[in-house]
Amino acid sequence: MQRRNFLQACLGITALLLLPLRALAAAWNKSAFESTTLDGALQGLNVAKLEPSSEIEITAPAYAENGAIVQVEITSRIANTESIFILAEKNPTPLIAHFTFSNGAEPFVVTRIKMAETADVVALVKAGDRYYKAGRKVEVSENGCG
Amino acid sequence: MKMRAQLKGDITEVKVLMGHPMETGRRKNDLDEVIPAHFIQLVTATLNGKTVLEAQWGTGISKNPYLTFHLRGAKVGDKVAVTWHDNMGESNSSEIFVTAVS
Repeated sequence: MQRRNFLQACLGITALLLLPLRALAAAWNKSAFESTTLDGALQGLNVAKLEPSSEIEITAPAYAENGAIVQVEITSRIANTESIFILAEKNPTPLIAHFTFSNGAEPFVVTRIKMAETADVVALVKAGDRYYKAGRKVEVSENGCG
Repeated sequence: MKMRAQLKGDITEVKVLMGHPMETGRRKNDLDEVIPAHFIQLVTATLNGKTVLEAQWGTGISKNPYLTFHLRGAKVGDKVAVTWHDNMGESNSSEIFVTAVS
């Protein structure tokens, strides 16, 4: 009786340890993040239609010496913004990040990204069922993606 | 992980600095061997236990990731927690209480 309980407990703990990794794999959009083109990334994100918007503000240096650390700040003034996506057009894998805001978080984010070469930093905003886009060119002298 | 959460007017500014190599899987070491990809994939932030921010990251986020986000409706003393999970099954968590800017 004791051995059976012990074995059951072992199986239970193993199942618990495995669960987070499997849930993790499900939560990360592999096809979008591993896509080597901007269009491929959009497909992976299930973005059918993109509308340009002047209500997305991208703050980034005009010229980045070190492509390994490019600070970008994205603000969305679009009502009901749920998510902000950051892509670098000419990176080996363009999709860099996907942020989702809830419970009082503002549609705003600052982070540091790697850029392979001079290209547009593209910000996408998902608001309701619509996707909006803005871009800002950053000149890069040293490949930060190596 | 270093964190700061400061209430400025209506907005709490949360700044996070995470220690992580964020290897792209494209770099080679001195022996010309590829260094395997090792990067944070998921980040979650909560305010008093409620999720406020969820992020998926790729290898394009810089080494030692820096992140700033803004929260509306937080008070001094509220707890902000940030957790990350990487592609190798590692994770880390940190929390901080909101303070006012003096």
